[in-house]
Amino acid sequence: MLIKTIVNNEPKTFVCEPGEYLLDTLRKNNYLSVRRGCDNTSCGVCTVLLNGKPVPSCSVFTASVEGKEITTVEGIQAEAEKLGHFFGSEGADQCGFCNPSLALTVYAMKRELKHPTEQEVREYLVGNLCRCTGYIQQERAIMDYLEDES
Amino acid sequence: MFVSEYVKPTTLEEAYQQLIKDKTNHIIAGGAWMKLTLKSASHLISLEDLDLNRILTTNDMIEIGSMVTLREIETNEHIKNCCSGILSLACHNIMGINVRNIATIGGSVMGRLAFSDLYPALLVLDATLVFYKAGEVSFADFLKSPKMDTDILLCVRFAKNQGKGYFRKVATTALDFAILNLAIAHSEQGWRISVGATPYVASLATSAMSYLNESKRIDEVVMEQTVQLVLEEIPCTDNIRASKEYREQLIKAYIKRGIKKVIEHVD
Repeated sequence: MLIKTIVNNEPKTFVCEPGEYLLDTLRKNNYLSVRRGCDNTSCGVCTVLLNGKPVPSCSVFTASVEGKEITTVEGIQAEAEKLGHFFGSEGADQCGFCNPSLALTVYAMKRELKHPTEQEVREYLVGNLCRCTGYIQQERAIMDYLEDES
Repeated sequence: MFVSEYVKPTTLEEAYQQLIKDKTNHIIAGGAWMKLTLKSASHLISLEDLDLNRILTTNDMIEIGSMVTLREIETNEHIKNCCSGILSLACHNIMGINVRNIATIGGSVMGRLAFSDLYPALLVLDATLVFYKAGEVSFADFLKSPKMDTDILLCVRFAKNQGKGYFRKVATTALDFAILNLAIAHSEQGWRISVGATPYVASLATSAMSYLNESKRIDEVVMEQTVQLVLEEIPCTDNIRASKEYREQLIKAYIKRGIKKVIEHVD
């Protein structure tokens, strides 16, 4: 089936099977920043923004995104670079596999929550697993990013 | 997933006819749990074009459309203000925000998930379900009857409860299923207590509720007796997540703590 959608502000038409998941469609179409981790709704690395909200693309049917807006990390490049700078300063980066999805979720959080506490940030980011760096440095970097007004 | 057709009906009757045509036709709610359980379907029926994704409120009722996501429930101001926000709190600790942005109340209810954190909250709120064919069914009755897979859930409805409530999920990590979950509510209609994930599906502790409602004053002795009645009525057993004994200890601790919290709120 044909699905018309908007990816990173560009209109796109995807050809997909009726039972196909968005993660598979995006990767087939070379959006390789969208990663496959657990493939069962638990790890968060396949997260994209759907109409601005973080969703696990491994569990969203491509057929359901007709007319909706999808954002991958390439669509928030300037913000992702800014966040990357704070990650670098805190040593919050090792393999980088989970960074695109985490950057998208942090970006959505920055737009949704006003001056969140550390506890609120932690709760918002539940479900974004990182298996190498650990969360302490990430939390420091994210708090700095949220306070940055530039 | 192997699917021969993805259909988006524009009327409920059309959706219903698709559903009953073949046992291998399935309704998609949010799709979060479906990914883990269903490997193939003849037709996947999407309810997204049926206007079921709204929360309606009146002076005394809250009605949540079956396609409303858990995140929308969690952040809705009316639901946050109903009975100490126990339904919002129940949603708050389910997976991450990304999953709560797709998982719906309809999927959570129709899946009859024994670990569901929503169930104890919906039971103490005395919620009812509205189906396309069966009409209005109390949530407590729904959980005791056979699955209703050939009907379409339209909404979940409950009174705006002015009372106070308590909700508690016990889990090993933030992403894990509950070892135990429980909800307590106290309003003009009296006390209501529900315990779930024991690991059986949630139910009301009716004898403990009647006992509390008849007690003039709630002190340590009354609370001890309430805990005993809950343990006698709500079956617990072992599973991979926790032992029967551990669950019973959790019930003892959290039922008392919950009642105390609710009383403090009331005063």
